[in-house]
Formats: sequence, C-alpha cells, structure tokens
Amino acid sequence: MKLDLVEVQKLEGHSARVWNVAWNPAAAGVLASCSADKTVRIWEQSSLSRSWSCKAVLEGTHTRTVKSCAWSPSGKLLATASFDGKTCVWENFATDSECVSVLQVHESEVKSVSWNASGSLLATCGRDKSVSIWEIQPEDECYCVAMLLGHSEDVKMVQWHPTMDLLFSCSYDNTIIKVWWCEDEYGDYDCVQTLSESNNGHSSTVWVISFNAAGDRMVTCSDDRTVKIWGTDIKRMQSGEGYVPWTHLCTLSGSHDRAIYSVHWSRDGIIASGAGDDTIQLFVDSDSDSVVEPAYKLLLKKEKAHTTDINSVQWAPDKESRLLASASDDQTVKIWKLVSEP
Amino acid sequence: MVSGLINENPIIYPKKERRLRTDSSNTDEFTPEPIDQLEIFDHIRDIKDPEHPNTLEDLRVVTEDSVEVDDDNSYVRVTFTPTMEHCSMATIIGLCVRVKLLRSLPARYKIDIRVAPGSHATEDAVNKQLNDKERVAAALENPNLVEMVDECLLPSAE
Repeated sequence: MKLDLVEVQKLEGHSARVWNVAWNPAAAGVLASCSADKTVRIWEQSSLSRSWSCKAVLEGTHTRTVKSCAWSPSGKLLATASFDGKTCVWENFATDSECVSVLQVHESEVKSVSWNASGSLLATCGRDKSVSIWEIQPEDECYCVAMLLGHSEDVKMVQWHPTMDLLFSCSYDNTIIKVWWCEDEYGDYDCVQTLSESNNGHSSTVWVISFNAAGDRMVTCSDDRTVKIWGTDIKRMQSGEGYVPWTHLCTLSGSHDRAIYSVHWSRDGIIASGAGDDTIQLFVDSDSDSVVEPAYKLLLKKEKAHTTDINSVQWAPDKESRLLASASDDQTVKIWKLVSEP
Repeated sequence: MVSGLINENPIIYPKKERRLRTDSSNTDEFTPEPIDQLEIFDHIRDIKDPEHPNTLEDLRVVTEDSVEVDDDNSYVRVTFTPTMEHCSMATIIGLCVRVKLLRSLPARYKIDIRVAPGSHATEDAVNKQLNDKERVAAALENPNLVEMVDECLLPSAE
C-alpha cells in the first residue's frame, strides 16, 4: 500500500510570505493563516463545493508581520502574535472579526502564542528572551501571571502540553528546550528541565515543538536539519508523582537539506515536517521489534511541495480527513490529503 | 558611543579590470543561461561599505572567489571578509549582500552568507544572525536599518 500526499487546493491571497497556519479545533474545515503582509486570513471550506475560500481578513491591528496564530480549544477565539510586540485575541468570525484583547508585555518581536488544553492560559514568547503566561478571565480580560526568564536568546516557540499545564519553550540559543511547571498553589512557574545539546539535543536553533495525542512523546525540529523525538512516562506525572523528565529517543537526519522550520504530530501518529528545502516529509514509528531503541522512519518525501521555503505544517485536528495544511515563503497556503494509492 | 569610524584606514585595493563576457556557445535565445560565479559577483561587488565611500570589491570584502554557486541546485554561498576582526559592521555588510541577492536572483535560490573563517572575533554569532530567516525578516522591518542597507545598495555615480 503506497501513500501519497496529494495537493487538494492552493489558497492565494496573502501578499507576502505566510509564516503560520492553524486549523480550528472545533469547526471542521476552518483554518487561519498569518503573514508578513500584517494580516491574518480565515479560510473556510464550503459544504457544497468542498473547496476553501477566504472568509475574513483580520487587518488594521497589527502594524508588522504576524508570525504566529493559535485557536483556543473552544475554537471561539484566535490569538495572534506579531513582530509589533503585541499579541491580539480575536472573536466573532462569523460576523465581523473583532480584536477583543491586546496583550502587550514583550519588548520586541513576539514569535509564538499557545493556549493550554483548557483554554484558561495563554503563553507568548519573543526576541526579548522571555516567556509570558496570561490568564484568560471571563469577558476576555487577560492578566499576565508570569514572566519567565531563563533562555539566553530569542525564544522561537512556546507550546503547552496537550493534557497537563506544562509549558515548553525552544530557542535560538543553540538548542535549549525548557520545560516550565507550576507545582504549588502560588502560581510560580519554575524551569524544571532544560534539554540542550549535551542531552542529545539539537546543535542549532530549535524552531518547533509538537506533541503526540497521548502526550508522552514530543517531536522537535531545528536549524541543524534534524528532527528529534523525545519521550517521558506521562502517566506517572498525571498520577501526581511529580515531574518526570523527558529523554531523547531518536534523531532523524539526512533527509532534509536545509533548516527545518516546522513539525507537527497528527492525532493518528504521523509526523509531518516542512523545511527550507521546499519539501514536506512524513515520518512514522517504524514498529521495530527493538524495545530498547524506539525508531522512526521516513514514510514519504514531497519534493517541491511549494516553490520555496515551507514555514509551517499542521494536520487537521480530526483523524478521518487526513488533511495537512502548509504555509510558505511563496505567499500561499496549500491543503494536502494523505491518500493510499491502490 | 564610539566616535569616529571603526576602521579609520581601510586598505583599498586597485580596481580589477572588468572582464567582458565573451560570446557563449549557447545561441538558443530561449534557454536561460546558467547563473555563474561572475554574474553573482557582479551583483555584489559594487555594494558600498557602510562606513567608507568604497565598494566591497575595493576593500576586498568580497572577491569573485568568495562566491560559490551551484545553479543546478539553486544554491549560492557568499563568504565575506570584514576589514577588521572586531568589525561591528559585519552584520550590516552581510545583510546588504543578502538583500542584494534576494532582489537580484530568482526566487528558487537558497542563499547562505558567512564571514570568512578566522576573520572575525564573533564569527559564529554573526553567521547565525545572518542566516536566521526570521531574524533577517524582523531586521528588515526596522526602517533605520533598511535605510542604511538601501544607502549601501545605491549605485554610485561613476
């Protein structure tokens, strides 16, 4: 059984490179894309024609590149992070998308924004080397509850764990991936682990962190052209045992020729990567008999997926559709479907 | 704030005579000529140094050999030599080279810029900044920086 990634549609409209795509976790077929053209576009799939069109353009609020966008778990809110230093929260997409909150704490470009699993917390990070955590109150009031300093360089991405309020951040600073956790009731977050080159970590900037559905595995990608898989015994942590460290499981190298800008782990276990070599690649657990060394293998390589760098890849949240969205320097977003060829 | 130039007395090399392109064997007007080392060098040789009224070629910051190109794979690497080991203009120079090439080469090209190994005190840090696409993009949204770069890229009235 041979698999292929088939291009379903190319979404055009942005007038500069597209940095990030995000599927709405609650509304099927809805995705957001954000760009150096300072706007965010919301795309929806028509129930009749099954094709996507641009339903809204969020503009006028960010004055510089919008680097990252993330939907709240309810799908009702969209957070956007910009080089202008602001993080905005938007709602009411059906009628007239409204920016309901502007979070301003970073001293320079904001690189990433992430919601925790319950939607009660928002994390942001930026070139000022800090990570901020915000509490979302009713009436969309947002309060900054923590500013985490620990990285020595530009923080590229923040990502909450899928089931626990563990925050992960990765950086320009040669490798460091930090794990932040608030163990007590006082709300103090501490850095409980740092994964650096000496822990089998990356040897250059780490761009993205993504978790598998169970939350016991994480995949990271880097400027060093490798993808790394990490694991932990999350059940022990979930049962209240205290922090259980993550360890390196596997490094995938040699298949990407340029910096890997994005990885995403699908609900059904397929890892997608997008890179500066214009390819999208898919990896899976190789089901090897070895219990000691978990191994992953390349499932498929899509050459020239875009005409230039791919900045972001994200699987649609449902398991059935097998749709993947990608965003590129070529100013387009593409929708792909993973199909089995007879 | 340091007053005066970083490098008060740069070495200015004698101007190399420009080679005329000889008629190539390719007479088919529809086949694009492969992009070669000289073509890329031609794009960057006249970039002005940020501090002096001289070009990068005059100061031997770039030479023809500092350009490595693989047109089949749409790849170019430029290795430049700052005039001084502690030159704080190194990132500006690197940025100017990158911007000029981004504006001059087809979109398919992958561009790497680096300082000549051993030529700069903070070589790794400079190289990292110059090749981080996100950092470069953010820098090019800074109007002061863009103005400086555009000044360096302006053709001189010769």
